[in-house]
Amino acid sequence: MSDREIYDDKVVRQFAVVTVIWGIVGMLVGVIIAAQLLFPVLNFDIPWLTFSRLRPLHTNAVIFAFGGSGLIGTSYYVVQRTCHTKLFLPKLAGFTFWGWTLIIVAAAITLPLGITQSKEYAELEWPIDIAIAVVWISYAVVFFGTIAKRKVKHIYVANWFYGAFILTIAVLHIFNNLSIPVTWTKSYPIYSGAVDAMVQWWYGHNAVGFFLTAGFLGMMYYFVPKRAGRPVYSYRLSIVHFWALISTYMWAGPHHLHYTSLPDWVQSVGMVFSLILLAPSWGGMINGMMTLSGAWHKLRTDPVLKMMIVALSFYGMSTFEGPMMAIKTVNALSHYTDWTIGHVHSGALGWVAMMTMGSLYVLIPRLYGKEDMYSIKLIDVHFWISTIGVVLYIASMWIAGVMQGLMWRAFNDDGTLTYTFIESLSATYPYYAIRLLGGTMFLVGMFVMAYNVYKTIKGSQAVSVVVPEPA
Amino acid sequence: MDLVTFRSIVLVVLFIAFCVMVVWAWSPKRKKSFDEAAHLAVEDDLLNNNSKEVQP
Repeated sequence: MSDREIYDDKVVRQFAVVTVIWGIVGMLVGVIIAAQLLFPVLNFDIPWLTFSRLRPLHTNAVIFAFGGSGLIGTSYYVVQRTCHTKLFLPKLAGFTFWGWTLIIVAAAITLPLGITQSKEYAELEWPIDIAIAVVWISYAVVFFGTIAKRKVKHIYVANWFYGAFILTIAVLHIFNNLSIPVTWTKSYPIYSGAVDAMVQWWYGHNAVGFFLTAGFLGMMYYFVPKRAGRPVYSYRLSIVHFWALISTYMWAGPHHLHYTSLPDWVQSVGMVFSLILLAPSWGGMINGMMTLSGAWHKLRTDPVLKMMIVALSFYGMSTFEGPMMAIKTVNALSHYTDWTIGHVHSGALGWVAMMTMGSLYVLIPRLYGKEDMYSIKLIDVHFWISTIGVVLYIASMWIAGVMQGLMWRAFNDDGTLTYTFIESLSATYPYYAIRLLGGTMFLVGMFVMAYNVYKTIKGSQAVSVVVPEPA
Repeated sequence: MDLVTFRSIVLVVLFIAFCVMVVWAWSPKRKKSFDEAAHLAVEDDLLNNNSKEVQP
């Protein structure tokens, strides 16, 4: 080992920049399909632009392109800094960047063409699924290899969360996508009927639990203490809520299949585990927020910390809402309505996107040798636009969802339905307009961020950071 | 062993495991070690002395 080892930050810079770009792309597609729900003419009768094909493009782009790039990039940064060592196999890490990016491009081509497995969040067809498995296992090798060659005694808690995310997503992705190929663009799952549905939602809910929760908690456990300039509130709480969270999430999937042909006891198991999830979820929220205890004054001046604390607030809100919606009787009202869409976006925009943006605002100046971002004022603008945007989005979807649920279940005295489906749809129109406004605001915030990032990076040099010597 | 007995045993085992974990985590002799670990996230700033903490 030479005495001046340099951290492998090139791959982190690559992932950090594309995260911003994919954020814009994914949210733009989201705004387009939100506009299509309001003005169906906007699909121009072109098959590639129909809601049915753009919606999976939107979800894949925001979850796997924006969220995924943000997670992989930050994890490479965090694991090096907290293990005091360079990445294990840096060339393989470079491969994960190009591989992941090519997979995203392949998704952007095949989904509008209508090539799909029709499994939610697992739409991509089998050749792309194999590519994902290869890239993901390479990612796991780099990440766990780096932990294995660490120069410090401890494995910092953020790495536990990132590790759980990487391991679980590998298992979920591989098992949910087991299928029999028929042609290059068509395959059939090896599961059928209720079993297929259960495997799909075991995957689907754990994509939420491990991709969109554990992974971003890893991000939170590094970047919130970093920005606050103080260690995490309770390391003990982080250990207890980590094990409680990962062992509970696995069993919550059946709540996506209430009142279906799934056996009733499986539905009940899913409901009970979803309710238990409130405790470990709030453990993480409290731990993140209380990290600012004694430094609350920083919230007045630092929009990045504001963003992170709002992200944690939305995490707390959506992890309260989720267990509530998993109760069968509540689900009877909420399921298949826009309430679900509101819930998802309170998590995805409020928690996942806000935490990613806050972390990138901490990370990007450090990667380019700057004290801070180009403009703190613009971060504040971004914070307010996106916060108001999320609130408009989720409030309109709550109202729309509860209204739809009540209209669909309304009966007349003679047992006929009070409302036709189309009546509930036309009653939803104003809320679709508010949702479009909220989503557009969030997208505008993303453009503000992109400008700020561009000005921060422009003309600056990528810095080489020396790995600390063992004490 | 019938199913209900099995389920009850699993429940008790998991409850005990949780209690053991809490006792383990809150044991005073691990405090120092956890404090060290918690510092891993912020130490490079403290070393480089460009921490956000150093503002008026």
